[in-house]
Amino acid sequence: MARFIVRRSISTVVVLIAISIVTFLIFEAIPNGDPAARLAGRTSTPETVAAIRHTWGFDKPIYDQYLLTMKNVFTGKVISYTQQVNVLDQIKEGLPATLSLAIGAGIIWLFAGILLGVVAAARAGGFTDRALTAVAMIGVSTPVFLLGALMLYFLAYKLSWFPNGGYVPLTSNPGEWLYHMILPWLALSALFIGIYSRVLRSNVLDTMSEDFVRTARAKGLTERRILFRHVLRNSVIPIAALWGLDFAAVVGGGAILTESVFNLHGVGQYAAQSIGALDVPPVLVIVMFGSFFVVLLSAVTDVVMAFLDPRIKLL
Amino acid sequence: MSTELLPQLARRPASPQDSPRPVAGAGPYTLAFRRLRRDRVSLAFGAVFLVITAMCLAAPLYAHHIAHTGPADNHVTDTVRIGGQTRDVVSPDGLPIGPTWHGRFFLGADQNGRDIAVRLLYGGRNSLEIGFVATAITMILATLTGGVAGYFRGPVDSVLARVLDLIWAFPVVLLGIALGTSLALGGINLGLFTLSGNSLLVPAVIIGFVYIPYVAKPVRGQVLALREREFVDAARLQGLGTLRILWSEVLPNLASTLIVFVPLMIANAILLEAGLSYLGAGVQPPNPSWGTMIADGIALLPSAIHLTLVPGAMLVLAVLGINVFGDGVRDALDPHSPIRLGH
Repeated sequence: MARFIVRRSISTVVVLIAISIVTFLIFEAIPNGDPAARLAGRTSTPETVAAIRHTWGFDKPIYDQYLLTMKNVFTGKVISYTQQVNVLDQIKEGLPATLSLAIGAGIIWLFAGILLGVVAAARAGGFTDRALTAVAMIGVSTPVFLLGALMLYFLAYKLSWFPNGGYVPLTSNPGEWLYHMILPWLALSALFIGIYSRVLRSNVLDTMSEDFVRTARAKGLTERRILFRHVLRNSVIPIAALWGLDFAAVVGGGAILTESVFNLHGVGQYAAQSIGALDVPPVLVIVMFGSFFVVLLSAVTDVVMAFLDPRIKLL
Repeated sequence: MSTELLPQLARRPASPQDSPRPVAGAGPYTLAFRRLRRDRVSLAFGAVFLVITAMCLAAPLYAHHIAHTGPADNHVTDTVRIGGQTRDVVSPDGLPIGPTWHGRFFLGADQNGRDIAVRLLYGGRNSLEIGFVATAITMILATLTGGVAGYFRGPVDSVLARVLDLIWAFPVVLLGIALGTSLALGGINLGLFTLSGNSLLVPAVIIGFVYIPYVAKPVRGQVLALREREFVDAARLQGLGTLRILWSEVLPNLASTLIVFVPLMIANAILLEAGLSYLGAGVQPPNPSWGTMIADGIALLPSAIHLTLVPGAMLVLAVLGINVFGDGVRDALDPHSPIRLGH
């Protein structure tokens, strides 16, 4: 266990350093992307551009610029190029919306996926199974921003059942928060409900043909008890692993499209705007934050998996 | 003893005495093909995808002979005659015309007065082309990296596995839009390999690249197991070279895994292209794609829903077609295969 934590921590640090370098280089490679010219604005003289280039350190070699940016990231002083505001403050501002979206949607897709998967498996081959399969396939095949936009059009604009996007902090008004989050939650979880119900359905059907299920039947247990006590416990373990990874991916930037279409002003939307403005510092910090979350949660997932299933060994 | 108690007895393969004459053996692919042929639903959805592909390939025919306009031609100030009435293509307050169900503007126009049906077909060509090219890139590079890492193990594997981990830990959409924005401005220039920023290949290369780990990791796992098998030892003892072993002993055993990934990858590539285009980091205007058309439509949403619905329906139909067909192919090749793709 201790060995596992040490190994994973080292590889996490290595991956994060590599990711920060790659992100930095992606934007550094842009021609005509001189950040000094953008900081100076449209009506700038060459002198101001040169002065800005010097004070911000853009005239230094690229590895010095990288080290300077990383130093600012870790001392919390990293400033965006376009609006010249503290990036970490901006991220802190967006974090509640992103976490509300990810956690709520994560809970919905986990339980709805398990529920629909079990129902489909219990009715395998029947009409319910076919209908659920069809719904799942449509969920998997619809882009989240299209689904979100259509939800906004029909449920918010036409029927006025829901608000037209935007985010209300949980701390200021819990009722409004819930009211504003329902559509984004549903839009984001549709894809995952489709995937999870399909995976769980096939897991349940596979487990049904195992020897211990035959033993349980031979003992005279009811089908319901076999399904919930024996089969489901085994089938849900891979779902837990999937959930850890998918949840991490959603927090780490996977919710960009949902945040943008519902205008939630979360971290993802901030990243999308910064990328559009070629603003390196926010993108760098958000990408690092996102990949850190992906790597961290995948390690946590491995530990939880080993705990749930003693057959799994931590390496 | 009744066979009902022991169902495996009832299903036991026919012994030579049972059948009067020898039955021709069928290979695994023949059997898979037979199973797929019985799967009517999958075939029907596969046909939907093929029909959409064929329609998009025929886009120039439709543009020249039926609509008489190109995908980038503006008709903001034009009028059309429908049922004896003359109507503006784009009304004075900027609202585009809806579906006319006539040759011109069959599915309506967008805010620039461009024919939606024509753009839909040309956009489909671009979306599908990106889907196919990105899938080809992913499959080739993932098979190479996964195969080499799994076969050679040791330091080669460590290095390649770290690189794959790196791409995998990078949030897919973030990496996609970062690369997309950066390349749309600058293009790629790697000596012999040059791409200009507005080329369709830019999103295709990006999408192909970000999905490599999702295919390479399972390939690596399979190769790790395959290289320990007796037939690989036998080939090595026969004196076959490494390349020969990889090509004729290992690759054929990977084929069914790779085949299962292809439709999944095409579907995911088309969806990611749409997402990137929605964020402005995919196909660059005025080049249409389903993603850019949906994005344009959403920007005008409450007033002209057909701008969102038409390309949206087409995209969902195409992706649904290839997804259901891919499911059928997977079931036919291996009914118990656990393969699935992330997002």
